[in-house]
Parts: sequence; C-alpha cells; structure tokens
Amino acid sequence: MKNYDLVIVGGGPAGLAAAVSARDNGIESILILERDKELGGILNQCIHNGFGLHTFKEELTGPEYAARFIDQAAERNISYKLNTMVMDIAVMDSGEKKVTAMNREDGMFELCAKAVILAMGCRERSRGALNIPGYRPAGIYSAGTAQRLVNMEGYMPGREVVILGSGDIGLIMARRMTLEGATVKVVAELMPYSGGLKRNIVQCLDDFNIPLKLSHTVIDIEGKDRVEAVTIAEVGADRKPVPGTEERYTCDTLLLSCGLIPENELSKNAGVSISPVTSGPVVNDSLETDVPGIFACGNVLHVHDLVDYVSQEAAVAGKNAALYIQNGSSGDARTVEIVPEGGVRYTVPKFIRPERIDDTVTVRFRVGDVYKNCAVCVYLDDELLQKKKRPVMAPGEMEQIILTKEKLGAHPDLGRIIIRIEEA
Amino acid sequence: MSTRELTCINCPLGCALTVTTENGSVTSVTGNTCPRGDAYARKEVTNPTRIVTSTVRVAGGVCPMVNVKTATDIPKDKIFACTASLKNVIVQAPVAIGDVILTNVADTGVDIIAARNIAAK
Repeated sequence: MKNYDLVIVGGGPAGLAAAVSARDNGIESILILERDKELGGILNQCIHNGFGLHTFKEELTGPEYAARFIDQAAERNISYKLNTMVMDIAVMDSGEKKVTAMNREDGMFELCAKAVILAMGCRERSRGALNIPGYRPAGIYSAGTAQRLVNMEGYMPGREVVILGSGDIGLIMARRMTLEGATVKVVAELMPYSGGLKRNIVQCLDDFNIPLKLSHTVIDIEGKDRVEAVTIAEVGADRKPVPGTEERYTCDTLLLSCGLIPENELSKNAGVSISPVTSGPVVNDSLETDVPGIFACGNVLHVHDLVDYVSQEAAVAGKNAALYIQNGSSGDARTVEIVPEGGVRYTVPKFIRPERIDDTVTVRFRVGDVYKNCAVCVYLDDELLQKKKRPVMAPGEMEQIILTKEKLGAHPDLGRIIIRIEEA
Repeated sequence: MSTRELTCINCPLGCALTVTTENGSVTSVTGNTCPRGDAYARKEVTNPTRIVTSTVRVAGGVCPMVNVKTATDIPKDKIFACTASLKNVIVQAPVAIGDVILTNVADTGVDIIAARNIAAK
C-alpha cells in the first residue's frame, strides 16, 4: 500500500485549489485522484464567460479558469492520476485513511493517507428523482449532459427544445442551443422565482426572446422512441398543477435543470455525517468533517453559485489538512454550534471553535425564499453581534458573513451563534 | 418618443427599468435604484454588446472541440453572424489559450481567440 500525506478525491476547481493550498502550507506528498480523462472538472464544459471576477478580476470562461489552477498545480509538481475512480475511503485503526481506487493501468489499488480532502462535486437531479409523468423516450437530458455533448463532444442533442427548471445550467444551455441553431420554445420553472442568476435570465433568455414561465411544471411527456411533445401546466401555491392551464409544446428534446445534489456516497461509507439540508458533510471551521482528518470543500460540501467561492473554500480546506498532517488531530476544543433561523436554511461551517480559528472565519449560507429590504442578524446567544442590511436575497445566490476571533473570544461562555433574517 | 422595459443585471435586485428615447437618444431612465442601473440602461438601449463564446472543431487534438470567445465584446445584433461564421472552422492541434482562431469576425473588428489548451494527439 503506497503512502501519501494527503489524498484529494476529485481534480476539479475544489480539488486543485485544495492541493495548491496544502502544498503552499508545507505538504510535499499529495495525490489527486480524478475520474475524468483530464483535470478541471465541470469547468471544462462551462464555456460561457463570467468566471473569476473575484479571484482574477477578469471574466474568464470555465476552461480558462480551470487552466489557471491546473498551471498552479503543475508549477508545484503536484501528482495526480486521471481516469481513476475512488471506490472506498475507510478509517484504519491507526487513524490513517485507506483509499481504494481503480483505473485501467493499476487495476484495483489501495493507498494510505494521513488526511483526505473530499472534492467530488455534485451531480444533477435526474428525471427519476423528479417523478415526471409520461413516456420514457430518448431526448430527455439533464442540462449538464447536453452541455457536455454540445461543448466538448460536438454533438447537438436536438433541434426543438423545452427546458424544465431555471437553474443556471438550464439558462446557459437555452442560449447555447439557440446559438447552435436549435429553437428553445420555453423554460418552465416550478417555483415562483428563478433559481438562476439575474444576468443569466437577461442574457440567455431575454436576449433571444425565450419565454420563462414561473410556477409551471411538466405534466406529460409524449413519444414512444423519441420525445414528440411535452405538456406544461401552471402550479398553485401547493405546487400542484392547476386544471385547465395545460399547454402542449411539440419538441424533440427536454432538458432538465432542476437542482444539484452533492455526491457523497464515499463520504457516507467513510462514516462522515451528512447534513439533510445541504446533502453535504457537516463540517467545523477547519472544513473538517466529524471524521478526524477528512475534510470537504466545493460542491460536495454544499452547492455554490460562483466558482470563486469554491476556490476560496478549498484553500481553507487545504491549509487545515496541512495543519492536521503536521500537528495531528486538533483534539478537544470548545465548540459552538451555529444555528440557522428565520429564513436561513443552513450554514457552512456548522460548528466553530472560537479558540482555534484564524482572525476571521467566513460563514456561507443560503436563504429559503426571496427576501427584500431585510437584514442578516448574527446573535451570540441573546446578544445582537451584527446586523447587515441586504436590499434583496434569493435562494439562488449564496450569502456570507464574517465572524472575528476577537468578537467570539469576548464571550467565553458562548452557547450558540444564531444567524437569522429579520426586517431591516 | 418610445419606451423600453429592461431588467438591470448589475446586482441581484434586478430593478425593472423603463427607458424613454427620442430620436435614438435616451431622455429618461426610471425604476433604477442606483447610478449603475442608469448607465446599464443607456448602454443597453444605444449600444448593447456581449462577449460571445462558442466552440470550433479541432483536428489532431486530444479533444474533438475547443472553446473560443470574442476577444472583446461585440454588438449584440452580431451574435448570430458571429456564431454562423464559426460553423465550418476547423483548427489544427495544438491549440493554446489566446491563439487567434478567426480575425475580424462578422466585420466587428474583433478576433475570435481560443479559450482552452488542446494538446496534439
């Protein structure tokens, strides 16, 4: 069994940034395991621009953003294996992790790692998970699958398209299919608001006069061999179709952009606790899971809207994995829970150790509804610590607050930190 | 006098803007809650531009496609002319980020450049 200090599962933006950070914090022995044939992850199929505005102060395409981090990893001679699927992560009696993986060259093999960073990303919610009635013909794709076919393989999945779900990938693909000569007839969204970024609605739908129907869903798919038509209907406040509102669209393709799910089968097998809200690991301020020495970052931890935040988060995971490898487990430290309330769905991290954090810790979260003229309030037990006014917040956009060691340190008997949306 | 309804894209607020024009020049912008909305509305009505991204085929590369983009933003009404002119372009691997794929696309004076490194097979 080969030994490494750090094994990183996934060579996308999270895995790459984590590896660079761990190396810069003194870890020599690092291996990235990537299941695709190249590094870069999902960025390689995201050919639209707008990546890296925060990190590089310019608008890059996905592959350009990925290339910056691939170059950084290459400059540091960080090792990686491509076409390699990790099958299992187990904790050994010594506390070290046994990583079982396989590829064509090595067959099945085992590695021993002092620490593991989970950076597997997420996958799209499938038709099966959505329970859409109707036939099961060819021509139904997740938006990301269509994106890969068009942008990387050079195939057009269809000519007349209906899209269910207004997540960013669906919006981006509405434009992309249109530019490649397809007709996108409608985008239907179950919720009364879009899950995508405003700029994508304007530049991907409005620019091309593609209608967005909020509070609508697909209630039937026709076609034995290939999709021939889909029927959409308006939904009421209970999200059930309203009789009499049905509209039938002839089409050959249905794209689904209905949410992303962190891919945590490996994490669960390793004994890592998963949050029912994020579907990602529960982590502390080090982005360490409840299994010592296993860290998580990127979309496997919680689904992000901007890759810039993934890179920042991954750098934190890489640094803390390095500290764990150098100093061992952080041991018992005072742990305070962050409790999300009043519209805040979750926070990452979930637990803070006031004595162990750096000067500041970034807490990221999402809200459960659209809020206008509200404020994000942070309470240390009953005492209001900060109130940040926000003109608008939406579920599609990640929010963050920053806690300081100084402020937390002033409360030695702190029981819990509460984050809540209140009226401004 | 004519009016146009726009959605501002500068921030998540997404203000509903109403732009009034007379003889092609903007006479008023309403609905915006900050100066960025005003500037956005004026540009959108008088000279809307976009960065266009697409793909072209690669011969002899490790991947069949390379993604490309306009080096700077181009007029919005040239988007389809731009993608149409990329339809039959085939580039020879290797390709490096920044390589010029096509010059002066759709008479915009803007080049199409590669946005990905593709090694030769």
